[in-house]
Amino acid sequence: MGDGSNLLVIIALLPFIGALVPGWMIRAGRNACATFTAVPTVLALVMLGILAPDVMRGEVIQARFEWLPQLGLSASFFLDGLGLLFAGMILGVGLLIILYARFYLSGDDPMGQFYTYLLLFQGAMLGIVLSDNILLLLVFWELTSLSSFLLIGYWKHLPEGRQGARMALAVTGSGGLAMIGGMLILGNIVGSYDLTDILASGDLIKSSEWYLPALILILLGAFTKSAQFPFHFWLPHAMAAPTPVSAYLHSATMVKAGVFLMARMWPALAGTEAWFYIVATVGLITMVLGAVIALFKDDLKALLAFSTVSHLGLLTMLLGFGTTAAAVAAVFHIINHLTFKAALFMTAGIVDHEAHTRDIKRLGGLAKLMPITATIGTIAALSMAGIPLFNGFLSKEMMLEEASHTYWFENPWIVPALATLGALFSVAYSLRFIFHTFGGPVRDDYPHKPHDPPFGMYAAPALLVVLVVAIGVMPFLADNLVAVAASAVAGEALHPHLKIWHGVTPALFMSFAAIGGGIVLLLIHRPLDRVWIAAPRPEAKAIFDKLLALLVGATRWITEVTHNRSITRYLAIFTVASVALGYAAWTGGGMSAPSREMLPVPPLVGLGFVLLIVGAASVVLFHRNRFRALVVLSIIGLMVSAGFVYLSAPDLALTQISVETVTIMLLLLALHFIPKETPRETRVGKKIADGVVALVAGTGVGALAYAFMRRDVDTISGFHLDNSYAGGGGNNVVNVILVDFRGYDTYGEIIVLGIAGLIIYALMQALLGGPAGRKLRNTDFTRDLSRDRHPLMMVVATRVMMPIAVMVGIYIFLRGHNYPGGGFVAGLVIAIALLMQYMASGFAWTQSRQRIQYHAMIGFGVVIAGLTGAGSWLAGKPFLTSAFGYFEFPPIEEFELATAALFDLGVFLTVLGAVMLMLFSLSRIARYAGQSVNLEPMDYDPADRVKPLEGGKE
Amino acid sequence: MIDMALYFAMGCFGVGLLFNLYRIAVGPQAADRILALDTMVINVIALIVLYGIQGGTATYYEASMLVAMVGFVSTVAYCRFLLRGDIIE
Repeated sequence: MGDGSNLLVIIALLPFIGALVPGWMIRAGRNACATFTAVPTVLALVMLGILAPDVMRGEVIQARFEWLPQLGLSASFFLDGLGLLFAGMILGVGLLIILYARFYLSGDDPMGQFYTYLLLFQGAMLGIVLSDNILLLLVFWELTSLSSFLLIGYWKHLPEGRQGARMALAVTGSGGLAMIGGMLILGNIVGSYDLTDILASGDLIKSSEWYLPALILILLGAFTKSAQFPFHFWLPHAMAAPTPVSAYLHSATMVKAGVFLMARMWPALAGTEAWFYIVATVGLITMVLGAVIALFKDDLKALLAFSTVSHLGLLTMLLGFGTTAAAVAAVFHIINHLTFKAALFMTAGIVDHEAHTRDIKRLGGLAKLMPITATIGTIAALSMAGIPLFNGFLSKEMMLEEASHTYWFENPWIVPALATLGALFSVAYSLRFIFHTFGGPVRDDYPHKPHDPPFGMYAAPALLVVLVVAIGVMPFLADNLVAVAASAVAGEALHPHLKIWHGVTPALFMSFAAIGGGIVLLLIHRPLDRVWIAAPRPEAKAIFDKLLALLVGATRWITEVTHNRSITRYLAIFTVASVALGYAAWTGGGMSAPSREMLPVPPLVGLGFVLLIVGAASVVLFHRNRFRALVVLSIIGLMVSAGFVYLSAPDLALTQISVETVTIMLLLLALHFIPKETPRETRVGKKIADGVVALVAGTGVGALAYAFMRRDVDTISGFHLDNSYAGGGGNNVVNVILVDFRGYDTYGEIIVLGIAGLIIYALMQALLGGPAGRKLRNTDFTRDLSRDRHPLMMVVATRVMMPIAVMVGIYIFLRGHNYPGGGFVAGLVIAIALLMQYMASGFAWTQSRQRIQYHAMIGFGVVIAGLTGAGSWLAGKPFLTSAFGYFEFPPIEEFELATAALFDLGVFLTVLGAVMLMLFSLSRIARYAGQSVNLEPMDYDPADRVKPLEGGKE
Repeated sequence: MIDMALYFAMGCFGVGLLFNLYRIAVGPQAADRILALDTMVINVIALIVLYGIQGGTATYYEASMLVAMVGFVSTVAYCRFLLRGDIIE
């Protein structure tokens, strides 16, 4: 990669880096903030200027970095003529907008935020036009949707701003979704996601049977972004944004992204019938519709918005024609539209800023009050109307020329007629903009007395209208740029010559007709306007809102049906669906005949089964009495643990019994504060239905287990058994799986466990602070209770057990890698040892002797495990690769040290911290309910025995 | 000979488990149930030990020790719940 590629990458990155600055610089004042926003834009523009001569010579500058090569995603950029044109527009207009916004935004608006959003948007937009990878392009595409959402909703206090932003995001975002599908299909057809490859394989794409779906999906993305019919409605609503945003996003750049995409994809997609009929037709409809609506809008910005819709339609139509001459016209019109429309938006902003209204019906006569603004606005609007000697005339003439010999379903006149009609309305609304705003007598009822703004505010539009006139009078100035950009669109070298006079052509007559008709329309505007207002017409926002409400209603209905906050419903759906899937798999064939013999049932195992079944049945019978159900549940836990031991899984048995104990304690803590009986809520019919579901599901799971156990199935157990020692350095396969083979899972799980612990704590904090806390304080727990709160025997026994239990915990932890045990069980064992102290001597007494915060313990655990995993990066291995070795410390025999043990330490700490924090949180409720706190370890002091009782006999 | 003794012992503890189950199911007092559950844990520990002797391995013995160490804690918790309502005061 040469210097050019380096510059290209820097250009693409500059706005994003620059976006960090305005937020800080606003503290140094508004001028400093605007200056520092302009710096990255100016730098990028200068670099683009350095690259420009090469591109103008026809070179393509490329830069490429692999990002996710497995997905075909690379961070690759390229700069050709089209990219140069758009990048220049984005940066150039961006600079003018930064200047304009400095004066436009009032002191109350957070300017740093605005500039940050603006640069983010600029970066995203640059990314679109410079991307050489369509997946990367999609990323930037979505980024423009998001940053424009922020910009449109910049005035957060205005409901129109928020609603407009939401609508723009909904429409362009869903179009973007469709486009993702289209791009993936396209990449699939070509076998590469690189734009240069795709552009080179146009024939392959057009002959593919997936061409049409890809085309439609990509066009959906382009049409929504460029506000083409029937998605045009979001653009006028986005006008709630500050005017600099409207000028930048909604005339010059973002809405052109769709046009850009169609131009970019032109060699790959254009030239087919489908392309012509979809793109050209939609463009034509949009052009005429936009122009007609624009004439009847009273809001200056709404008028300009619909005019933009109309002009975007014009561009789309030109690209849809699929001829190279039309492509030249489109490229030229992109430049012209940019110059006059951005100037017009800024003029509208100035008028709004000075007169405090943009309602045409309240304006008029401004030419005398603000002559500079009026001049700028008039020149730009005349160009928009397509009056000769302004640049809008040139490209409109070329458009009409192209339209005049386009056949639509063999019909020679429909396209030219409609194009002329569009041009006619365009003249009408442009003239209305001029005469109804600036012309006429000076009024005395403006909301605010208007006068020309400071130089900084009109500098930007003034510069743009200079361009309008320059190109309009000397079109050859734009020759080279148009040539190189149009060549990039067409994929072949074009050398157009732009000139004012084409001779007496059909286009000239069409132009005259448009101008004449436009003047007539303006003259009869008043009666027409009355008819328009009286006529019924669909209100896009109402329809959109209704559609959105329908969609929300439908999704809410689905949610309510599947998950109506009742866990029974949720579980029933889940269970029935799983059983149905299982049944489908069963009947689908592919089940081999059983290959294993039935084993005899030893009497003790049979007994275990009886206990399990009776236990399960008793829970069903006793479930109303919650305490009794809990006792019966313990049988099941115990039997499952015994089963694990019997099936040679002592690790699991240990874990099971520890989890069982901790769970019982948690449930008992909670049970203290909730009713001891379950209320009767369920109807008999529902009970029967639920019972059937439960029985079917249980039978299904049983059948599945039976089916598997009767057959020889290849499992991954063999691999783990073979590789446990060689790969993880441990003989205990279960532990090696946990800390090494599946270490990533374990890491995720301990994080989840830690989060659960913290959430319980946080929930309890919120709960106790709310109404539930006040209710708790009024609970009356007067029951016939034992008065021995902290029995001597229990206190002594737990104290004696404490060191033994901790020792056992450490022992289990240390040997875990080779024998049953490990961090998880060790954490639970020590948690139980600590919990016993809490039970015996009370919460406050124990807590005051507890030095380490449980929150911190969770944090340390996760961090230690994470650092251990990351440590393997230092050795150049993937995350969580374990290393182990044998060491000898003199008094101790040879000893194995494995990094897995360190990871296990993290697991241990997290488990311990999370369990303790959960119990801590639950037992805090009692203190909240007004329970007193003891300072002594036990209620009964053995020392009292030898003292004489007070006032008693010896 | 040891096999016969093991089978006999296992049988006895097995029958013990069934009796425990009966007591848990029937009650009548909550204390009866808790006591029966505790005995059940002890019977299971005994069975694990016997099973270890039968298989000639020490792992089960350790497992039984650990079950013993944590098994009684839930009994204590149940009792405290009955006596005081709140298990951690």
